[in-house]
Amino acid sequence: MKTLASPAHRATAEERQVQSAAVDHVMVEERAAAFAKRSIKTSAKISGLKLAISMMDLTTLEGKDTPGKIAFVCRKAMQPLEPRYEVPPCAAVCVYPNLVRVAKKFLGDSGVKVASVATAFPTGLMPLRLKLQEVKSAAHDGADEIDMVIDRGMFLAGQHDRVADEIAATKKACGAAHLKVILETGELQTYDNVRRASDLAMRAGADFIKTSTGKISPAATMPVTLVMLEAIRDYFYETGVRIGMKPAGGIRSAKQALAYLVMVKETLGDDWLTPDLFRFGASTLVNDVLRQIVKTVEGNYQGEDYFSLP
Amino acid sequence: MSAKKIARRKPVLARSEKSLNGTRPTVPASERRLDFGERWSFAPALEAKDYIQLQSRYQLFIGGKFVAPRSHVYFDSINPATEEKLAEIASADARDVDRAVKSARRAYEKIWRPMPGRERGKYLYRIARLIQEKARELAVLETMDGGKTIKESRDVDLPLVSAHFFYYAGWADKLQYAFPGRTAEPLGVAGQIIPWNFPLLMAAWKLAPALASGNTCILKPAETTSITALHLAELFQQAELPEGVVNIITGAGATGKALVEHRDVDKIAFTGSTQVGKLLIKAVAGTRKKLTLELGGKAANIIFEDAPIDQAVEGIIAGIYFNQGHVCCAGSRLLVQEGVFPAVIRKLRDRIATLRVGDPLDKNTDIGAINSRGQLDKIHELVDSGLQQGAQLVQSPARLPKKGYWYPPSFFTGVTASHRIAQEEIFGPVLSVMTFRTPEEAIERANNTPYGLSAGVWTDKGSKIFKIVGELRAGIVWANTYNKFDPTSPFGGYKESGFGREGGRHGLLPYVALS
Repeated sequence: MKTLASPAHRATAEERQVQSAAVDHVMVEERAAAFAKRSIKTSAKISGLKLAISMMDLTTLEGKDTPGKIAFVCRKAMQPLEPRYEVPPCAAVCVYPNLVRVAKKFLGDSGVKVASVATAFPTGLMPLRLKLQEVKSAAHDGADEIDMVIDRGMFLAGQHDRVADEIAATKKACGAAHLKVILETGELQTYDNVRRASDLAMRAGADFIKTSTGKISPAATMPVTLVMLEAIRDYFYETGVRIGMKPAGGIRSAKQALAYLVMVKETLGDDWLTPDLFRFGASTLVNDVLRQIVKTVEGNYQGEDYFSLP
Repeated sequence: MSAKKIARRKPVLARSEKSLNGTRPTVPASERRLDFGERWSFAPALEAKDYIQLQSRYQLFIGGKFVAPRSHVYFDSINPATEEKLAEIASADARDVDRAVKSARRAYEKIWRPMPGRERGKYLYRIARLIQEKARELAVLETMDGGKTIKESRDVDLPLVSAHFFYYAGWADKLQYAFPGRTAEPLGVAGQIIPWNFPLLMAAWKLAPALASGNTCILKPAETTSITALHLAELFQQAELPEGVVNIITGAGATGKALVEHRDVDKIAFTGSTQVGKLLIKAVAGTRKKLTLELGGKAANIIFEDAPIDQAVEGIIAGIYFNQGHVCCAGSRLLVQEGVFPAVIRKLRDRIATLRVGDPLDKNTDIGAINSRGQLDKIHELVDSGLQQGAQLVQSPARLPKKGYWYPPSFFTGVTASHRIAQEEIFGPVLSVMTFRTPEEAIERANNTPYGLSAGVWTDKGSKIFKIVGELRAGIVWANTYNKFDPTSPFGGYKESGFGREGGRHGLLPYVALS
């Protein structure tokens, strides 16, 4: 990584240009599909599913969110299933900035973190000054994690350095809160763009890189996540910093979640199999995973109404 | 925005990099390793085999019936993953070969040649469908008999086997259009000798074009992998393929020799070692027999600096560890441009640590058993030569089962063109890595081999692909992929890798006389 001689140094566009590895879409899709072929059975299945629960950012990002709805989500995150199944709590609850205080109050010292989307989620199309205010406010209200969005328009217009600067400024505004950078890969569209955006986000200060807002289709896919995991791998070897990964949106079944875990295990290894470095952003995934856990323990499937809605 | 304007803005990023050091813990360079350990390990996921009905003895398939060999001699077929005996296989001698040839000749003259192409096509379609129906059972058998993983026999071998029959079934009634302006006539009786690395697939590659173009066949499977061919014979019976159109004779080298030397065989097709291929050329010299050979290879897989490196590493894996490296077109010589050599080696080292070696019937196994004790010995011998000649060996930390024949995924660095491991076909999961500096050097090194079967090119630059591919002397060149097969695509080699093509319209040519 380039270190600049003094703060007085004026970086040129060329100097700030991130050199990113090329991505071949045929082979990356083929490789991603191979992870889903792993057959996860019995003990591996149940431990994998519990791990997935512990990595879940239980999310509600609706215009109609209220304190009442947040209570449902928080309670579900703290205790997803009755204690005899020994299911761990979720990693975090992900909400809009206005509901951070409410979520914080419900979650208390349960260990479940509060993540707040910010920076004019989901588009990011607001002046930086206002976006930073929003971040500061969410952090001040008690958000442990900030899920920012990059300005995709800026990125696609080729102003990569400005995107990087916005991320860096947001990181600073976060203070102690962890920063997840949402690339909105469904709008970046090419794997080369995903790779470049991942690289610049990590360099600019992301603690996590995240695929999607959930408001755009396609959201998280296996190949896109793989490209990002590979970027994380290269960044780790280059700098020694372990960046986290959060696929979000579109992951609805337990089977999909296990395939993602296989991908993490075989791309980044054991160190990343922890909620500190891998999260699922999802709103409906949790109950399918719980259903599979109960099936594995009890031997038969329970109806959907036996699982409380978040 | 102009560059000048950008330059005038405050470099926020530069400031933030410094302040980041406190918030994101850094692992020192010497400790930057990925740990592919046991934090979340996979439970066994075994493919069911309880419904598989193995016979204790497999007979010869001649004239549409299973018949005992005249010699009354049988040999054992063992499962290379367990070293357990699976069955006894009949050993055909010259008298059995003669019976098979007579049966094939009769079927050719009386039934198969006079039959309209569209009727022949119906049989081939029927066979293709039966193979699809029995695909899982045949895949399990293939895995038990040969040691290849169920993942590959299920997802690669069997789908391609039926695809080949489907494809050539389509040609059966269109032969008059295959070679415009010329008339294609079948050759007669074809003797076909196949290897042990893809037993059913090689049978399909040989049988389907021969039958479509009106020939009758005598197939000799490899000694260690005869069982699935005989289960295929059962499907021929179910398809009511006329008696004698396909005959299957099992045995070792002597059986093959008797077939090649039989006077009434019109065509020999062989896939196997270059050494045996040379003997076959001598054997058919001066006879009317036509010959096609698909022999060994020592393919160069070339990685340029501008390649998509992570995907290229997948191509290396597909190139050399597919089917335990028992692949004639394996990318066994890796040529890496010097600038990316350290990155490629680091990624390859990480990647082979995730390959799972073990029970081939486990659905998560990536590397199955080595096909035979003899092949395992050959791999050990060549690896020892590499070590003696000063190359550095990197092996995956995989734990190998106690019983059975196994070899961990491995690669050598520090290899030069003068090493034996750079010249000879290892036919196992062992890769030889070399470096090059310029595209010219890559081409020169890639072509610097007596073989010429296949090659791979990895670059993000399209124009470079076309330039390099045009200069490689290899029958198959894959660009930004490796070991991809399709019945519509011709396959075959240059130089000591043989001659003749299998697959596609080209694959009909070795089985017809044009006038």
